[in-house]
Amino acid sequence: MTNIAPLKIRAKDVKVFYGDNEALHGISMDVYQNEVISFIGPSGCGKSTFLRCMNRMNDTIENCRVTGSIALDGRDVYEPSLDVVQLRAQVGMVFQKPNPFPKSIYENIAYGPRLHGLAERKADLDDIVESSLRRAGLWNEVKDRLDQPGTGLSGGQQQRLCIARSIAVSPEVILMDEPCSALDPIATSIIEELIDELKQNFTIVIVTHNMQQAARVSDRTAFFHLGNLIEIGNTNDVFTNPQQKRTEDYITGRYG
Amino acid sequence: MTIIAENPIKSVAAPSQVQQKVIASLRKRHRKEKLFRSLGLSAVLISLALVALLFINIFAKGIPAFWQSAITLDIYFDPKIINVPQKPVQQADESDNDFRQRDLAWQNQVGFVNFNRLIADSLQKVLPDAAKHRRDLGRVVTSGERFALRDMVVADPSVIGQTHTLHLLTDANIDVWLKGNIDRSLPDNQQQLSPKMREWVQSLSEQGIIQNRFSLALFMNADSRSSLASAGLAGAFMGSFYMMLVVIVLAVPMGVAAAIYLEEFAPRNRLTDLVEVNINNLAAVPSIVFGLLGASVLIGWFNLPMSAPIVGGLVLSLMTLPTVIIATRSTLKAIPPSIRQAALGLGASKMQAIFHHVLPLAIPGILTGAILGVAQALGETAPLLLIGMKSFVASVPASPFDQATALPVQIYLWQGNELRNFFEARTSAAIIVLLMMMISLNGMAIWLRKKYEKRW
Repeated sequence: MTNIAPLKIRAKDVKVFYGDNEALHGISMDVYQNEVISFIGPSGCGKSTFLRCMNRMNDTIENCRVTGSIALDGRDVYEPSLDVVQLRAQVGMVFQKPNPFPKSIYENIAYGPRLHGLAERKADLDDIVESSLRRAGLWNEVKDRLDQPGTGLSGGQQQRLCIARSIAVSPEVILMDEPCSALDPIATSIIEELIDELKQNFTIVIVTHNMQQAARVSDRTAFFHLGNLIEIGNTNDVFTNPQQKRTEDYITGRYG
Repeated sequence: MTIIAENPIKSVAAPSQVQQKVIASLRKRHRKEKLFRSLGLSAVLISLALVALLFINIFAKGIPAFWQSAITLDIYFDPKIINVPQKPVQQADESDNDFRQRDLAWQNQVGFVNFNRLIADSLQKVLPDAAKHRRDLGRVVTSGERFALRDMVVADPSVIGQTHTLHLLTDANIDVWLKGNIDRSLPDNQQQLSPKMREWVQSLSEQGIIQNRFSLALFMNADSRSSLASAGLAGAFMGSFYMMLVVIVLAVPMGVAAAIYLEEFAPRNRLTDLVEVNINNLAAVPSIVFGLLGASVLIGWFNLPMSAPIVGGLVLSLMTLPTVIIATRSTLKAIPPSIRQAALGLGASKMQAIFHHVLPLAIPGILTGAILGVAQALGETAPLLLIGMKSFVASVPASPFDQATALPVQIYLWQGNELRNFFEARTSAAIIVLLMMMISLNGMAIWLRKKYEKRW
């Protein structure tokens, strides 16, 4: 299925340095539109670092330097003329730990659209808030308490609030950095179902430590190890018939 | 132990030795912990006791100063003595300026009236033998009270010809003597009051004509050395107020802006390291050095007025700046980075992330730091001595450019005064006022922190 879908992101020989330390040793991969691709690998393998290159969140880390190219719809995201604010409106992000703003649920969702001027009238903003919460499967739970603080929700609800917040600005790609690692199994399964629905409209890149999760939610899987991309392929193939010894060792639990 | 010894499995004996060692070491650890706890507790108790002692001492000495002995007199505003023309009224064809000049001239005339005679006359009604002791008669009421009478006439000339019952502050020495702070058994040549005066005061206070009354003089008047009983803190209070105004206007916004820049925007390099080290150094500079700086730079080069709150405020701003910067930076550091990332991830610019999300969360901490910095500046004395704010100023400053003194300096000046009126009660009363201001500032800081504190 993968090669039919149009190309969304093409990374070529991406290297990341923290000071003198090379954390990623030249990663090249393609991400296609409306697919869910998951990055797996042991801690410190560079999967999160690579994810954060895609919307340039690594810019906020001091001493971090990126070489190579990452093209979003054919345009390099590290091009000097590209505004990082615009990039992040296109490539949203959900973080490992739910991090709602200490404001009301409504304000959490409305912040992004307001920032980018997506709604002209209050009614438009209300619509965006409602549709974002509906798509994140949170509307029925919070519709009567939109003015309550977002931090008062449960962990799983908070994470769905963060997903709703990122889809409120209508991004094309959503990056998820271990979105379920702080959640219980029930909240996790709700988010996984949500990811499945979201891929109708978005391209989703998800970093996970949980291999079952990768197997459940993603179309393709990429395995990282020690800053290298070891293997990438259809999820089924990677898990049932890995081409590389290291991949096999990792998914069978011999290390990691 | 016995149970383990009976256990058939031999290997169990080995851990029991380990256990013994653990138990032995535990005893030692518990002993140390107990010792440390009791040391800490006694340190807390000793310091609490010392603070309590200090407060009791200051309050016991200072609170009586808010009640001063006052004499109740029927003052007859005798038209023969207050021999002044009618208070001028503005004529239809008269300009505001001309009228004001006429009015001032009239007030000037009122000022020449011998109000002391009004007081002396009404004193004679309660003191039958007063005529023979005119010298003492003039010393019963503190000299500043004649201005109170003058002000009554200026405010409302219709009092002329009427009799009003007034409470006038007595002389400071009478106040001190009545409060029992002078040994009454001392011989005449060591007493500050003449024998006649002591006899009068005794009888007047027995008749209830002289009573201890709550007096606002301490709050309403500036310092004075001619009318000791009505010397007050108003001048020092306003001086401190103007200085704090300068500190709040200068040090707080500058410190907060500098902290935001250093913490959020500045690149980490040698230059910013140097700046950081020097801010910390600046916080440790003895405050008197800032006074020298103010004297040589602000007064010497920029020719700002001496003894003025503007100079004091600038010096204190310099002193407070590092406190505000350090407090603000540590508050910003404590805001979880996840909030910044959330905003950045949505496409907020760095400045938007800081101003929309980080600063609102940091405001309680920043306010607390700023208020504590201001409170520290309020209590600072040493630098003010060097820029001339320890001079005797008998007027309330009308602007930050007028000569003034400050509350802590006033305490220092009164403590050094040789008169009992000052170094006993008034010093402590001034300390109480200063402490109250400090406590209310700190209370405000706590209240703001509680009010705006948000959890995440």
